[in-house]
Amino acid sequence: MNINPSDISPAMRTGIGDKASLADTATKIQVENLNFYYGDNHALHDINMAVPAQRVTAMIGPSGCGKSTLLRVINRMYDLYPGQRAVGRVLLDNEDLLGKGVRATTVRSRIGMVFQKPTPFPMSIWDNIAYGIKLHESLSKADLEARIEWCLTKSAIWGEVKDRLHKSALGLSGGQQQRLCIARTIAVKPEVILLDEPTSALDPISTARIEELIDELKSEFTIVIVTHNMQQAARCSDVTGFFLLGKLIEFEPTNEIFLSPKHQKTQDYITGRFG
Amino acid sequence: MSRYKRRLFTDNLMQVVATGLAVIALALLAWILVTLFAKGFHSLSVNTFTQPMDAPAGSSGLANAIVGSLIMVALATVVAAPIGVMAGTYLSEIGGNTKLANSIRFINDVLLSAPSILIGLFVYNIAVKPFHGFSGIAGVMALGIVILPVVVRATEDMLRLVPGSLREAAFALGAPQWKVITDVMWRAARAGIVTGMLLALARAAGETAPLIFSSSGAQAWTFNLTKQMSNLPVTIYQYAQEPAQDKVDLAWAGALIITLGVLLLNISSRAVLAGTGRK
Amino acid sequence: MTLETMADGPEGAATLSGPGRSLTSSRGAKVDIAFRFALYASGILVLVVIGAIMVQLFFGGLPALLAFGFEFFTSTEWDPVSDQYGAGVMLYGTLVTSVLALLFSVPASLGIAFFLTEVAPIPTRKPIGIAVQLLAAVPSIIYGMWGFFVVAPIMKEYVQPILIDGLSWLPVIGYIFAGPAKGTGIFTTSLILALMILPFMTSMYVEVLESVPGVIKEASYGVGSTTWEVFTTVSVPYGRTAIIGATMLGLGRALGETMAVAFVVGNAARISTSIFASGATISSQLANNFNESLPGSLLQASLLELGFALFVISFLVLALARYLVRSRLQG
Repeated sequence: MNINPSDISPAMRTGIGDKASLADTATKIQVENLNFYYGDNHALHDINMAVPAQRVTAMIGPSGCGKSTLLRVINRMYDLYPGQRAVGRVLLDNEDLLGKGVRATTVRSRIGMVFQKPTPFPMSIWDNIAYGIKLHESLSKADLEARIEWCLTKSAIWGEVKDRLHKSALGLSGGQQQRLCIARTIAVKPEVILLDEPTSALDPISTARIEELIDELKSEFTIVIVTHNMQQAARCSDVTGFFLLGKLIEFEPTNEIFLSPKHQKTQDYITGRFG
Repeated sequence: MSRYKRRLFTDNLMQVVATGLAVIALALLAWILVTLFAKGFHSLSVNTFTQPMDAPAGSSGLANAIVGSLIMVALATVVAAPIGVMAGTYLSEIGGNTKLANSIRFINDVLLSAPSILIGLFVYNIAVKPFHGFSGIAGVMALGIVILPVVVRATEDMLRLVPGSLREAAFALGAPQWKVITDVMWRAARAGIVTGMLLALARAAGETAPLIFSSSGAQAWTFNLTKQMSNLPVTIYQYAQEPAQDKVDLAWAGALIITLGVLLLNISSRAVLAGTGRK
Repeated sequence: MTLETMADGPEGAATLSGPGRSLTSSRGAKVDIAFRFALYASGILVLVVIGAIMVQLFFGGLPALLAFGFEFFTSTEWDPVSDQYGAGVMLYGTLVTSVLALLFSVPASLGIAFFLTEVAPIPTRKPIGIAVQLLAAVPSIIYGMWGFFVVAPIMKEYVQPILIDGLSWLPVIGYIFAGPAKGTGIFTTSLILALMILPFMTSMYVEVLESVPGVIKEASYGVGSTTWEVFTTVSVPYGRTAIIGATMLGLGRALGETMAVAFVVGNAARISTSIFASGATISSQLANNFNESLPGSLLQASLLELGFALFVISFLVLALARYLVRSRLQG
């Protein structure tokens, strides 16, 4: 697959995504010498990268390259599974979230995650959103209502669900469910949103809506997206990391990765020679 | 070609034999139900449901046994089902493949099929002998031990059917584990867990052997759980062996009631699963 | 650009890192620990219950073991008058009725499973399957009553006289079919047990056979096999381990079954060569005698020792069954 200049987001062409403007962007998450093991399987090797605040960072690479694994380290999801082990440091605003005494639940409330397949809880749309909010805050009824409307509006789904808030979320279409899940994630007011191939189960129209949404959300949130779709990475991200066999091969502004990759392997991957 | 014909003949023959076996088996089993209905219905009357066993001859019924059974089964469920749900949740959500969890799983499977009369002996030893008498409480304990493994197994199986991504999604919102389990996992597996409980209840309702040595039976109304408590299965067992025809008739009536109850619970448990179970 | 200058959402979105979001906050951690402990304790309780059953039966029966030694398990004497007890008759009765029951029900269940998975018209499979499962839920006391009031008289009037007349003159095996036709006894018990475990085993067999991958069966059909050949050469061998496991589970049920047996076994504490004779199984002996035994008596200890023996036998059978069923379904 070749990348046409027209696939590059307007933001990037106007220069927001280029190296100069990234230089003065604060780092939200700093990954330092991170190694990850599934039991004896060494899945990530010495990862070092700086995720810029309020930008979209894309992670690409063939299946099994470790990009999803990295995502699951960043919000400590790997904690749920015995035998999985991370060594190194992951700094969220200069605080190591792998450090001693750090509670995974708090990490996750600050670093939200949206999954490949929509994961609505078996409750009403309203309860789906309120669930996360009530975990961390006790809002008055009016504030809660306002928050729910805010996050549903932000997620571009308010108009479609405002008349059926108390119906089951399982009745929504796949694309609607995924936007509901994004709304549920931002309702908690995280600082970072991790998206794990959020559109791979959706049709092209729903995919386009989610991509627009990502572009909207980055004004308030730091976004990290794992994707198999290189056009998607090119369209919506500012920075891209290319992973191969558990190693971070290249981590550069998106236009540089796609227009002038430094490594032969990156070049091979984005031009579709493997993966 | 004869070889081919022989093969076809064998195939047809075995299909006919299998069909025949199925017909015979279903006919035999239908015969049981027909007998039960024929003998049970003719013995049913209003007195069966309103009069206790010690009412004057001719008007005696099974009311005290029915109520006693309901009380003991209900209490056993109230005590054992929550423990079973929690143990099943432990196996699915915390224990995983650890040695402890595997031992519990194994032991639970054994308990699931263990001869129920041994549960009666056990309860006799710990709750009847030390207190010098049969009691409703002992009956509740015995039925609780019958219910426990069924609920444990159903809970674990149903929680394992919940997609892992749903669990992760709840954790991703920063929910602590107890919230994830109580609000999301149990809710998602609710239909299956309720089905398991109904099946456990059905099983407990029909169990006779664990009750003979624990609650035993009684002729009169009893609501005191520290005394012998009348119940349907033990009454059926005793009355069926009586020489008096009216007692045997009551035994049939009781057998019909209990079978209908158990089948109803089974069917409604299926309805619960079919009603809410989308897949 | 830093956090503080980030654009905010409209209401209440002032600081993204709200109060209580410190990474090391321990808010709510105690509930989690308590909850996990409750789950853990409930799991442990299951272990404790079965452990306690084993311990209680072992120590409850110990006086009998001490009084009679290992001979308790071989002696066929059960005499409350002279206070002499042995488990031989009941062990024999338990094993013979269970094995005979399997002999009847395994071929029948396999045949019905064949019918339900391959032969029956597809729309009828599910309803028949459900009917079979419902029959497995009928309480065992119902089977017992039916056996006692319906089957036993028929056996006495028609079946047993024919078998006795027809077979008892044969040398050697004639002994098996000798004796008066009483209706109740070992043979009738085995039949009732077979019928009782039949729905249970059939539904387990069907479950195993349905898990055979379609492609494997199709491959066999593809080379011209008949339905019966696919069943015997592909489906059954493929599910072999689980089928044996399901059979062991059926055996476990038959071994411990109490109420159906207590009605029809005849309750005689002796061993006879005839399968029409009365007998006793461990569970029927317990059901019929335990309430007459006094706490602390040798009789009660002997009955508890019988219970312990049944526990050990069932445990071994069920453990093997579970190993076979689960290892197959997992691998």
